[in-house]
Amino acid sequence: MALSGMRGLSVFISDIRNCQNKEQERLRVDKELGNVRTRFKNEKGLTPYEKKKYVWKMLYIYMLGYDVDFGHMEAVSLISAPKYPEKQVGYIVTSCLLNENHDFLRLAINTVRNDIIGRNETFQCLALTMVGNIGGREFAESLAPDVQKLLISSSCRPLVRKKAALCLLRLYRKNPDVVNVDGWSDRMAQLLDERDLGVLTSSMSLLVALVSNNHDAYWSCLPKCVKILERLARNQDVPQEYTYYGIPTPWLQVKTMRALQYFPTIEDPNTRRSLFEVLQRILMGTDVVKNVNKNNASHAVLFEALALVMHLDAEKEMMSQCVALLGKFIAVREPNIRYLGLENMTRMLMVSDVQDIIKRHQAQIITSLKDPDISIRRRALDLLYGMCDISNAKDIVEELLQYLSSADFAMREELSLKAAILAEKFAPDLSWYVDVILQLIDKAGDFVSDDIWFRVVQFVTNNEDLQPYAAAKAREYLDKPAIHETMVKVSAYLLGEYSHLLARRPGCSPKEIFGIIHEKLPTVSTSTVPILLSTYAKILMHTQPSDPELQNQIWAIFSKYESCIDVEIQQRAVEYFALSRKGAALMDILAEMPKFPERQSSLLKKAEDAEVDTAEQSAIKLRAQQQTSNALVVTDQRPANGTPYVGQLGLVMVPSSANADHNLENQGPAQENGTLSQVDPQSPSPSADLLGDLLGPLAIEGPPGAAAPTEHVIPASEGDPNPADALALAPVDEQTNSVQPIGNIAERFHALCLKDSGVLYEDPYIQIGIKAEWRAHHGRLVLFLGNKNTSSLASVQALILPPSHLKMELSLVPETIPPRAQVQCPLEVMNLRPSRDVAVLDFSYKFGTSSVNVKLRLPAVLNKFLHPISVTAEEFFPQWRSLSGPPLKLQEVVRGVRPMLLLEMANLFNSLRLMVCPGLDPNANNLVASTTFYSESTRAMLCLMRIETDPADRTQLRMTVSSGDPTLTFELKEFIKEQLVSIPTATRPPAPEVAQPTSAVTSLTDPGAMLAGLL
Amino acid sequence: MVNKQGQTRLAQYYEYLNLEERRALEGEIVRKCLARNEQQCSFVEHRTYKIVYRRYASLFFLVGVDNGENELAILEFIHLLVETMDRHFGNVCELDIMFHLEKAHFMLEEMVMNGCIVETSKANILAPIQLMDKAS
Repeated sequence: MALSGMRGLSVFISDIRNCQNKEQERLRVDKELGNVRTRFKNEKGLTPYEKKKYVWKMLYIYMLGYDVDFGHMEAVSLISAPKYPEKQVGYIVTSCLLNENHDFLRLAINTVRNDIIGRNETFQCLALTMVGNIGGREFAESLAPDVQKLLISSSCRPLVRKKAALCLLRLYRKNPDVVNVDGWSDRMAQLLDERDLGVLTSSMSLLVALVSNNHDAYWSCLPKCVKILERLARNQDVPQEYTYYGIPTPWLQVKTMRALQYFPTIEDPNTRRSLFEVLQRILMGTDVVKNVNKNNASHAVLFEALALVMHLDAEKEMMSQCVALLGKFIAVREPNIRYLGLENMTRMLMVSDVQDIIKRHQAQIITSLKDPDISIRRRALDLLYGMCDISNAKDIVEELLQYLSSADFAMREELSLKAAILAEKFAPDLSWYVDVILQLIDKAGDFVSDDIWFRVVQFVTNNEDLQPYAAAKAREYLDKPAIHETMVKVSAYLLGEYSHLLARRPGCSPKEIFGIIHEKLPTVSTSTVPILLSTYAKILMHTQPSDPELQNQIWAIFSKYESCIDVEIQQRAVEYFALSRKGAALMDILAEMPKFPERQSSLLKKAEDAEVDTAEQSAIKLRAQQQTSNALVVTDQRPANGTPYVGQLGLVMVPSSANADHNLENQGPAQENGTLSQVDPQSPSPSADLLGDLLGPLAIEGPPGAAAPTEHVIPASEGDPNPADALALAPVDEQTNSVQPIGNIAERFHALCLKDSGVLYEDPYIQIGIKAEWRAHHGRLVLFLGNKNTSSLASVQALILPPSHLKMELSLVPETIPPRAQVQCPLEVMNLRPSRDVAVLDFSYKFGTSSVNVKLRLPAVLNKFLHPISVTAEEFFPQWRSLSGPPLKLQEVVRGVRPMLLLEMANLFNSLRLMVCPGLDPNANNLVASTTFYSESTRAMLCLMRIETDPADRTQLRMTVSSGDPTLTFELKEFIKEQLVSIPTATRPPAPEVAQPTSAVTSLTDPGAMLAGLL
Repeated sequence: MVNKQGQTRLAQYYEYLNLEERRALEGEIVRKCLARNEQQCSFVEHRTYKIVYRRYASLFFLVGVDNGENELAILEFIHLLVETMDRHFGNVCELDIMFHLEKAHFMLEEMVMNGCIVETSKANILAPIQLMDKAS
C-alpha cells in the first residue's frame, strides 16, 4: 500500500501491524526511534519531505503509547516551512505532541502570528487551529487582538472566521484576564446574524463560554439565538450540506438551546412566545423513525429542548408534557433513549411541581434498576435516590435493599450508602429505620461504612421508645449462624446498652445475651474486641442481683485480655476489671449513654461532598445552585451546647464530674494509664468524643448540653442594621442567644422578595423554606417546615398576622414534626388593595427543653402582585399623557440612592417585575418601565414609571410614577423608593430626604427630561 | 479509535494528559467499552467523564465528554465523521485509517477544534484535503 507518497511510513505501519506480540512491537518501535533519532542528528541532510515523514512516524509511535522525548524541535520547525504540506504537518503534530507549557512552543509564536495576520487563508486556518488547541498565556497576550479582528472582519471568509471563533474561545477560557471581551456583546450579537452555518456553529460555542461567565452582558444575544432556532426549525435557508438525515444541523440546534440555558430567564414576552413555539414543535413533532441516525439526531434535539423547557420554568401543562415524554422514553426498547430518559428525569426533579407526576413512573424506574446495562442501572439508582421522599421512601428503600443482594460489586457501596441516607432522611418511623440499617449490614456488611452503624446507634440512644425494639432486633440477628463483623459490633453495642430492657423475654437473660455475644469473640478482629469488652462490663452492671457465675466468667475474660498486645483492648480489660470490683459504684460509672448532641449526619455530609466532587457545571446545575432547594439542607452546624463536631464514636470516655472523681480515687493503675484522669470536676460539658461519657455518672442527670428551659426569642429584624426599615417589624422582646438563626433573616427575606423560592429561616433545629406562585391578585405560598434533628420538634405553632390589605389562610400546621421530616403547609393569599404593609409569620416550637419563637416577615409584598408587561410607544404615550398630575401621577426627587449603574437598575426593576422598556425614552440616562398591578379593588391596573438619573451624581434621581388609582400610585412610588435606597440589606445611607413628596409634573426644567416635557 | 483487539488507531486529546495518564485512561475505557454488547446503550460513565461510543465492524469510536454534553448529538457526530471518511476513502475501513493516519487527522481537525465542533458540512470538511490531493 503505497499511500500518501510516504512509503517509509507505510512500511513502518505495516511492520507494526504484522507484529505478533507487544514485545515484537516494542523492538520494532525502538529500532525506528533509533533510526529517526540518527536522522534528526544529522539534520543538515534532511529534506522537508523526509522531516515530514519522520515526524509522522513519531506521532504514530506516540499514539501507540511509547514515549517520544526527542524530535519536538523538528516538529515545531516544520511550522516555519514555506510549503503547505510541511507546514500543515508541523502544526498538526505539534498540537498533538506538545502542551501549552512546552518551551519550544514559544519559539514558534512569531511564525504563528505571521501566519495569522498574513494573507494566506490556508495558513491562517492552520495557525488558528493550533492556537485553538494548545495556545497558552503567551499566545493569548500576543494574538488575542488579531484573532478578534479576524473573527469580525468582513473581508475574511467563513472558513477562517469559524476557526478564529474557537481560537478566541480557547484563549478566553484559559486566560480570561488577558483577553479583553468588554464590548463584545454587540459583536457577538452581530456574529449571530451570520448566514454561514459553520461560522454560526463555532460562534455559538464561543457564546456559551462568554454567557456562562456573565450572562448579563449578553442579553442582546438572546433574541438572536431564538431567531436562529426559528430559522433551523422552519428549515429556512439551510443548505443541503448542513442537513443531516433531513434535520437541519442538529448540532447547531443543540448548541443554541444550550446557550439559551445560561440566561436565567427570558423577559421579553415576544421572544419567549417565539421560543416556546419552536420548543412545542420539537416536543410534539419528534417521531420515532426506523433510521437510527435520523432517530438519534432528532432525539438529540428533543432532549436539548426538554432541558431548555425545564430551565425556563414553562407552564405546568408543558412540563407535564415533558414528563409524559420522558415516561415514554424510560420504557422503550432502545437503550440509549432509555438511558437518557432516566438521566433527564433526574434533572427534571429539580423542577417544581412535577415530582408527583414523576412518581407515577416509579414502577418502571425500579424495573430499570435491574436492567442488564450498568449505565442504565446507575441512572435508575440516581433517579430513585433523587425522587425519594417521605411518601415513597419505604417502597424505594426496600427495593434498594432487595436489589443489594444481586447488585454488582461496583455498585454496592454506593447503593448501601444511598439506602442508608434515604432511610435516615425519610423514615416514616424510626423502628423502620433501624430495620433498614440492620438489613443493610446483614446483606452488605462489607460495603457498610462505620458511619452508617454509628448513626443508627445515635438514633437509638436519642430515642427511648426505640431502645427495646432495637435491642430485640439486634438479639434476633445474633441468632443467625454467620453474621458480618459490623453486625457483631452494632448488636453488641446495642445489647450492652439496652439488653436489660428485654430481660423478661425468652433468651434474653444477661447470661444468655452474654453467651451469644461471646460466641462471636473468636471470629472478630481486634477492632471489635474492645466493643465486646464494654458490652460485657455493661451486662455485668445490669445484672441485679449479681450472678456470681457470670461475674467469674467475665472477670476471667478481663484478666485474660489484661496482657493483650493491643493497647486499647488491654486498657479496657484492666479498667473494666478494676471497676467491676467496685460493686454498686459500677452502676454510676457505667450508666447508660447520654443522648447525643444533634449534629449533621456524617452520611449526609458524605453525600453532599460526593455531589460537590462530581459537580457538573451544566446549566441546569448552575441554576439549581442559584435557587435554594426546598429539600432539607443540613448544614454543618455547631450544636447549641458548643460540642465540636467529631465524626467518630468513641467508646471510652473521660469522666467529667466530681462524683466520678470520688469513686475513682483508688484507681491507681488506671490513672497512670491516663484514661481515667479527670478533666474538670466542675464542668459537666460533654467531651468532644461522641458516644459521650460512657463512664460519666453525670450523664444520668440529663443529656449533655440540654440547658435549663429558656424561652429563646429571635427577633425578626435581627441582622438588619436599619431600625427605620420601612418593612421591618420591631416588636421584639429581649433576646437570648441560645438558639441562633443560621444566616441573616433580613437578607433571606429580601432575597425572597425578588424570587419565589428559598429559605425563609433556619436555625440548628429547623429550616423553613418557602415556595410561592402568584397569579393576578392571588398567591399560593407553601411553607416547608423541615426538622433537621433525629428527634421530634414539639409544640409547633404557626400564626399568620396579616396586614389589613391581605386575606390569608394557612392550612393546618401539625403540632409535632417527626425526626428529619419535612411538612408542607400551603398558605393562600389574596390581595385586596395596594399597600406596602407586610404579613408576619409568628412561629414557635419546642426542642427538648428549649423553646424558640420567631417572628418572620413573609414575602407577600407589593411587587408579587405585579405582572410585567411591555408596552410600545403607541401604547405608552397616550396613557402617560392621560394621567396628568397628582394624585394619579406623582413625581419625587429621591436622594441618597444606592449608587448603581443604569444597567443594574434596569435589572433590579426587571426583578421587581417592573418591565423596563428600552428605547421609549430618548435620553439614555433615563429608564421607563411598565407593569400591571392586581388587587381585588383595582383589578388589573396598568402602571407606568420613569426614572431620570444624573450620570454625574448617582445618589439622586427623579422618579415619576403613574397609575389609574391614587393609592396605588403612592404605594408603588414609595415601594420603588425603598428598593432604590436600601436593597439588598446593605447598610443603608441616611433616610432619604424627600424634597417634594407629591410634586406635580409641571415644573420641568431638566433639559434631559424630554419625554415628560413633551407630554 | 480503537479496534476490537484494543489497539489504538487514532487518538486525539483536547486536554493535555501525559503518556502515563493516557495509557491508563485508554486501557480502562477501552476495556469497559469492549466488554459491552449491542443491547446495551452507547454511554459509559467513567470517573467524572462520560464515554459516548459507537462500533463500526471491527472499529470502535470512543469520545469522552463531560457531563454537560448532549450524548446523542455526540453519537451522531461520530457517524458524521465516519460518513465523511467514507466519502473521501469510499467504503472506509480500519486499514484506510491506519495507513492514512494523516488524512484522518486532517479531517478530524477540520471538524473539531479545542473540543468544540467547527464544521458539520462534509464538503467543507473535505475541501482542504481535496485541495492538497490535487496539488500533489
